[in-house]
Amino acid sequence: MRKLKLVMVGNGMAGVRTLEELRKIAPDMYDITVFGAEPHPNYNRILLSPVLAGEMTIQDIILNDLQWYADNGITLHLGARVTRIDRHNRSVIATDRNGETVTANYDRLLIATGSTPFMPPFPGRDLPGVISYRDIKDTDEMIDAAARYRHAVVIGAGLLGLEAANGLALRGMAVTVVHNSGWIMERQLDRTAGKMLQAELEKKGMQFKMNAQTAELVAGESGRVAAVKFKDGDSISADLVCVAAGIRPNVELAEKAGIHCNRGIVVNDTLQTYDPRIYAVGECANHRGTAYGLVAPLFEQAKVCANHLAEMGIGRYQGSVTSTKLKVTGIDVFSAGDFSGTDGAEDIVLHDPGLGIYKRIVLKNDRLVGAVLYGDTKDGAWYFQLLKDEQDIHDIRDHLVFGNAHLGDVGHKGNNVAASMPDSAEVCGCNGVCKGSIVKAIQEHGLFSLEDVRKHTKASSSCGSCTGLVEQILASTVGGAYQPADSNNKAVCGCTDHSHGEVRKAIREHKLLSVVEAQQHLGWKTPNGCATCRPALNYYCLSSWPHEAIDDPQSRFINERAHANIQKDGTYSVVPRMWGGLTTPTELRAIADAAEKYKVPTVKVTGGQRIDLLGVKKEDLPQMWSDLARAGMVSGHAYGKSLRTVKTCVGSEHCRFGTQRSMDLGVKLEKMLYGMWSPHKVKLAVSGCPRNCAESGIKDVGVIGVDSGYELYVGGNGGIKTEVAQFFVKVQNDDEVMEYGGAFIQLYREEGFYLERTCHYIERVGMEHIRKQVLGDAACRKALYEKLLFALQDYKDPWAAIFEDKSGGSHKRDFEIIKV
Amino acid sequence: MTDWTRICALADIPPLGARVVESAREGRIAVFRNAVDQVFAVRDKCPHKAGPLSQGIVHGNTVTCPLHSWKIQLENGEVVAPDVGCVKPYPVKVEGGDVLLQL
Repeated sequence: MRKLKLVMVGNGMAGVRTLEELRKIAPDMYDITVFGAEPHPNYNRILLSPVLAGEMTIQDIILNDLQWYADNGITLHLGARVTRIDRHNRSVIATDRNGETVTANYDRLLIATGSTPFMPPFPGRDLPGVISYRDIKDTDEMIDAAARYRHAVVIGAGLLGLEAANGLALRGMAVTVVHNSGWIMERQLDRTAGKMLQAELEKKGMQFKMNAQTAELVAGESGRVAAVKFKDGDSISADLVCVAAGIRPNVELAEKAGIHCNRGIVVNDTLQTYDPRIYAVGECANHRGTAYGLVAPLFEQAKVCANHLAEMGIGRYQGSVTSTKLKVTGIDVFSAGDFSGTDGAEDIVLHDPGLGIYKRIVLKNDRLVGAVLYGDTKDGAWYFQLLKDEQDIHDIRDHLVFGNAHLGDVGHKGNNVAASMPDSAEVCGCNGVCKGSIVKAIQEHGLFSLEDVRKHTKASSSCGSCTGLVEQILASTVGGAYQPADSNNKAVCGCTDHSHGEVRKAIREHKLLSVVEAQQHLGWKTPNGCATCRPALNYYCLSSWPHEAIDDPQSRFINERAHANIQKDGTYSVVPRMWGGLTTPTELRAIADAAEKYKVPTVKVTGGQRIDLLGVKKEDLPQMWSDLARAGMVSGHAYGKSLRTVKTCVGSEHCRFGTQRSMDLGVKLEKMLYGMWSPHKVKLAVSGCPRNCAESGIKDVGVIGVDSGYELYVGGNGGIKTEVAQFFVKVQNDDEVMEYGGAFIQLYREEGFYLERTCHYIERVGMEHIRKQVLGDAACRKALYEKLLFALQDYKDPWAAIFEDKSGGSHKRDFEIIKV
Repeated sequence: MTDWTRICALADIPPLGARVVESAREGRIAVFRNAVDQVFAVRDKCPHKAGPLSQGIVHGNTVTCPLHSWKIQLENGEVVAPDVGCVKPYPVKVEGGDVLLQL
């Protein structure tokens, strides 16, 4: 088949990102030709500021070197200016750097011409020494001027203007920033934060002239610019004038070709212009009335555009919420959303001028709609996530402004401002990754997402507790280019674009009964998925269609296949269940016998009130289970994404303080939930009085007996980050504990994403939602409880199953070693 | 190189699963079966921290180690980037429903 021809005009970050995405999903579909006006391959424009500041070099910020274009068979015309698009003949006409005309035909055209700096029409704008701040050439010119001249004036105190001013100041120039409004960065900051930032920058030696209207730029004797004159008659001397008065989408070419433009090239949700063969992405495109100037939305556009170019057509770009971070070393400013104070908006403000901290968060209808942070921006990513997810913050409102310091900073308390960490500080305790390696990987490989960082450094890829910190490092290294993924819409893994929610919905609606069926129905990109998605799919099928879905052992992690916990040396640990933490002399004798017979090196009492036999050889497992099963014991599921234990105190059966029979209730709960698979492990506890000896406060479901009944707590977690369970409801008796607790667990089983603990699930959906389903609606609660009981009925203990399987067929296959 | 040794029937290895073979000379070898009944054999020791690869989840022609999720290509034993390393592969084939390993 003849390959289609794709021509791209513009060689910047959005366009090249589209090509990268396209090469990933349809590597052989197109012959690609790229025209770039600059003489450089694709580089990271956002990092021009650190280059100007002398913190990085041009070489550091190249994203795709010439070899990349060659390796991918892309024809690249550098320094070539496209003069015309001939839509009739479907060709692009350009003048290359030697002045010769180059023509390229296209089947699909991608316009990624970016934007041009806006140059207000004051006299003198064409003088030597007057520049804008957009590309490598401008940066070089500024670096050069800084070496030879003294006075610089930056017109415009937006993000770009301030970064330019900072860079020039660091290079030794006396810099004055001129701004036509009352405070700096007025589009991103409110007055207070703007004034604080200005004071901080003034301390660094910058001067500011506010509410200033530039009248003209005046030439000196040499013909070079020498001064800036203002409408109020004032004038300041300047050897270099950098105009940063905003950007305009670069639409000239498209407009000349008759493509509909209106403050940008107008595109639809698949990034097509009014000519469907022609696409536009990046700063030149106007999507639903917005032309984005930050890189994160552009990357989202690139993904959708590539998907459509590959004729998959399943992605839609629906606009982005953006956040801003200023890249001036030593100053932390963050802003996101709307903080203009519209109707019904409420402000929560924390302002400590002494410490230089200002936080303002704007709420509307219990949702976060805007945030401005100054001085302490470590919670920026968290606020941004709440904002994007439109999460109900009613329950956390009282401490919202203090941030989410518990989010991923275990072991780093008091040291969680990523930017201030030394390079040698360990970030990921599981994989031993320090901050320096993460920053280096981000810069060397041009990483923008958490997923990329995980892949290249392993940081945050194990327990995940450092995720927040890694996100902060990413944000502080790449600045505005970092956009945390929307937690509700994150793809399950690289095998699919579908999110957990979408996958589960499809399994439920189309009655998909196996991993393979689900993969086929949802168009999985890999033949058998991977170790991330298969266990998730298997769980979603089993939990959606109990007794009907087909369990796939090969899609389960080894622990669930072997009904034991794999240890670092490849041996296993065996934990017999002890209902409610109770045991008998007979059971203990059987355990002791098994430990001796199978030469168990370590016997340990676990935190969940039972006994762990560590160091068992896999091939011994079936025989050992048989021995334990003969003594009436069953698997403790200490290995599974399932019910683990129900911890109990002795309660009123023995304790002089006990108010309720906690052991009794614990055994009942454990028997009810026995054999339950869940998104992640589930632990319960029952305490017989408020002294809470069973530690109900850190369990997924914690029960505390009081004189008049029981209090139920949910969403506790004693693990990676300790999370105190939230009070859920007060009930009268054992049956109600089972019903209310069971309904909560079933809701979690139906709505929790795979590998999401109850505390994270609650954080995502909001406690209000859970209260409504379980407490607010009795019929709904009873239905949930019924569904749970139905799913759990007739559960067969896996140990007994193997013990009773006299044929020895299937388990032999799974456990026996072949000797040769 | 010695001759081909019969290990087991193909049916004795679950699709997308593995069996462990213990050889006096070579130690433990993991023999894998993919979804389309091809077989692969590599030393049962992840180059990272010696995890038993035979216990991992098999997808495509790759296995994910159960200990720290390194991915190993079964055809040649090479570790999937960005991790680096390799594990010794062994010649293995299916003949008449039997799995044969060359040791």
